[in-house]
Amino acid sequence: MIDKCHIGKTFPTHSVAVEAGRLRFFATAIGETGAIYSDEAAAQAAGYRSLPVPPTFLFGLEMERPDPLGWLNEVGMNLARILHGEQGFVYHHPACAGDVLTFETHISDIYDKKNGALEFVVKQSRVTNQLGEHVADLKTVLVQRNG
Amino acid sequence: MTLSYDDVSVGQTLSELKLPAINRTTLALFAGASGDHNPIHIDIDFARKAGLPDVFAHGMLSMAWLGRLLTNWVPQTQLREINARFAGITHLGHVMTCSARVLEKFEKDGERRVKVEIQTANQYGEVKILGDAVIAL
Repeated sequence: MIDKCHIGKTFPTHSVAVEAGRLRFFATAIGETGAIYSDEAAAQAAGYRSLPVPPTFLFGLEMERPDPLGWLNEVGMNLARILHGEQGFVYHHPACAGDVLTFETHISDIYDKKNGALEFVVKQSRVTNQLGEHVADLKTVLVQRNG
Repeated sequence: MTLSYDDVSVGQTLSELKLPAINRTTLALFAGASGDHNPIHIDIDFARKAGLPDVFAHGMLSMAWLGRLLTNWVPQTQLREINARFAGITHLGHVMTCSARVLEKFEKDGERRVKVEIQTANQYGEVKILGDAVIAL
């Protein structure tokens, strides 16, 4: 069983610079051809400071922290038995290439279903930018299948 | 050209997004680009040790496609929320379609908003993601 004592566990604060080249790579990988996601001039013409961070890429930026999967072992989870159960994003301010985003992450809940056959860990992140603006909130539910 | 609140009606569908069949290159590129290096999506040896027949697609790949569907409809700055529940595993060879339908029109935080139901389904009609998104209009 995943020990519920880990509810409230906070992760080291993580800051990451958003790189334009990386956003172009992400756009290619997901088949995004909209000009604003790869062309600086098009992004600026659309009112962005630079290339916008696509809606779900914040999840990847959170994983830029050192040893991003290491916490799973620390709380007693096994990577080989984990599925992504749910993912949510709430947006407050746009994020763009050139921004430095800071992720404050904690485990907000741990629970189980089916007499422990399925265990759930809920992780939440608050994202702010270099100006202190609240960019977004992320919520991840991971499911561990036991037995 | 700009979509207005009054132009949108409950039950209306958004243009579908049809994706090419998922192959190993899709997953390798997504792993590198997204930063999600979980080996269960890219390393068949790891997947087999975990008791699975093969690697499978990142849930976040399909969610990124749903993001494309939404930003094809409205500028990204109008997106307020996206929520996804991963209902089933998306496998190699699946040909996914993303779709969405307007569920509700409402006002919140001084804005007129719509909630749309979003989903992905494969070529057999099996739903893999169900969720919703909130958009300001």
